[in-house]
Amino acid sequence: MKILVAVKRVVDYAVKIRVKPDKTGVDTQNVKMSMNPFCEIALEEALRIKEAGFAKEVVAVSIGPSQCVDTLRTGLAMGADRGIHVEASYSFLPLTIAKILKSLADVENPGLIFLGKQAIDDDCNQTGQMVAALLGWPQATFASKVVLDKDKQSATVDREVDEGLETLSVDLPAVITTDLRLNQPRYATLPNIMKAKSKPIKKMTLEDLKVDIKSDIEIVEVTEPPKRKSGVIVSSVDELIYKLKNEAHVV
Amino acid sequence: MLIDSSPSPTSLDATLILAEHESGSIKAQTVSTVVAANHLGESSSVSLLLAGSGSSLQEAASQAASCHPSVSEVLVADSDRFEYPLAEPWAKLVDFVRQQRDYSHILASSSSFGKNILPRVAALLDVSPVTDVVKILGSNEFIRPIYAGNALCRVRYTGAGPCVLTIRTTSFPVTPITESKKATISQIDLSKFKEDAVSRSRYVGQSTQDTERPDLGSARVVITGGRALKSVENFKMIEKLAEKLGGAVGATRAAVDAGYVPNDLQVGQTGKIVAPELYMAFGVSGAIQHLAGIKDSKVIVAVNKDADAPIFQVADYGLVGDLFEVIPELLEKLPEKK
Repeated sequence: MKILVAVKRVVDYAVKIRVKPDKTGVDTQNVKMSMNPFCEIALEEALRIKEAGFAKEVVAVSIGPSQCVDTLRTGLAMGADRGIHVEASYSFLPLTIAKILKSLADVENPGLIFLGKQAIDDDCNQTGQMVAALLGWPQATFASKVVLDKDKQSATVDREVDEGLETLSVDLPAVITTDLRLNQPRYATLPNIMKAKSKPIKKMTLEDLKVDIKSDIEIVEVTEPPKRKSGVIVSSVDELIYKLKNEAHVV
Repeated sequence: MLIDSSPSPTSLDATLILAEHESGSIKAQTVSTVVAANHLGESSSVSLLLAGSGSSLQEAASQAASCHPSVSEVLVADSDRFEYPLAEPWAKLVDFVRQQRDYSHILASSSSFGKNILPRVAALLDVSPVTDVVKILGSNEFIRPIYAGNALCRVRYTGAGPCVLTIRTTSFPVTPITESKKATISQIDLSKFKEDAVSRSRYVGQSTQDTERPDLGSARVVITGGRALKSVENFKMIEKLAEKLGGAVGATRAAVDAGYVPNDLQVGQTGKIVAPELYMAFGVSGAIQHLAGIKDSKVIVAVNKDADAPIFQVADYGLVGDLFEVIPELLEKLPEKK
């Protein structure tokens, strides 16, 4: 079985972002970029499944400008077998990304597609669900545990939902999106980083995949949220209770 | 599976809301979604879609019919197929209902239910959804948070198909309803509802906490503990304080990862978003991802031994101190809940 993992290059989770003064977006110039943490978890899970003998190949795919290749190299250094870079000069909406992944799946025929549940830049939480819909495959989102049954060709997935944990069983091929507690991603070791340099990264375009760009959402403007009024430091529990009661009126 | 890729003309101002229900009544987040729908347009008609099976579904339908005066119709899909909220049959159901009648908007709350199902619906309809909407500026213009709520993105939907949205319910509180109105209830004819003969997705089970505490997403007071609590046993102090104030218990990712509390208590960018009147954080450093979940709280209180903890930058009241001393003192001195 082959596993396809989609990985996204995003502003690093620890960066304090700044909204551009012209309100067209967030400033990403000279800002540290990394693989989306949820995508790292997705790739890690795929690698573990391969190491357990359930898959033969893990293919990492990233969609975007040339810098995506850096993200793919990180994925290859973690252990992916090969990479696919789909060139895009600007950020596509999740629906276009989903169509690209569907086209790739039609060519690569994976048994599983792993994605992070959301990207920490746009926080959309849509792409995995959309890929599943376009392929007509079952979906298991917000996965915190994945157990494969080779004979039954299915996966039992624990999902983190509002009420706690829910367990589903899905037949392969399926789409799984990963949540925080699924695993702890490995660091790429130096020998693996060196090895990764010779692993292939195939370049593809939207024309190759016969995908039309969907542009049904326009960004009007990006702004900062209203700032909270500065708070005060109190010096005792008595003072805190006094203020909560008489100033804030919440107790 | 069939994918309808041609955009069909949509009738103006008709909203379909994918409702959530439990034990015979509509969940609060669905009512918030109705409130949100009111912002879409003046004459917007609102239909609630309930799916499930058996008597608790019919009870919920009856309750849904009078849950809000804006609801004009309740559509009921009664079948074993919908006993559990699996995305595959539910997304097909929404598409099926939409084929009987056009809707300009299709909504759900951005609960784990809505987040799981609505994007699948959108892809079946070949439209881009707008998820986690915090403000509605018109029938096609919305604001949603990005970068863990550190920026707000105003978007305009320009597509031909229905506008598919998930709603952040803390941004659309429900005000007490004075008007009483009963919507019509219609049972959907599912005889032509086609689905794969063999379902490729099956519900196996769930583990949830039984609690009398108010729901985290809608509680007036939330008391949160971080990893500084150090153990499951110590976390009981947080629970005691929550109980005293009639509040819900929250936790940081670190506390959940450490196993002190179950995952459904996690507050933050990828956990629950809360907007209580009072949010108290004990031993919480205030990471960007945690703050994303609490920014709309009316009053934020932080207690932490570290005076430099980032949480103090957002707290309205900060107390630099040891939570193991502060919490017992609060328990002793706080008045009983209102």
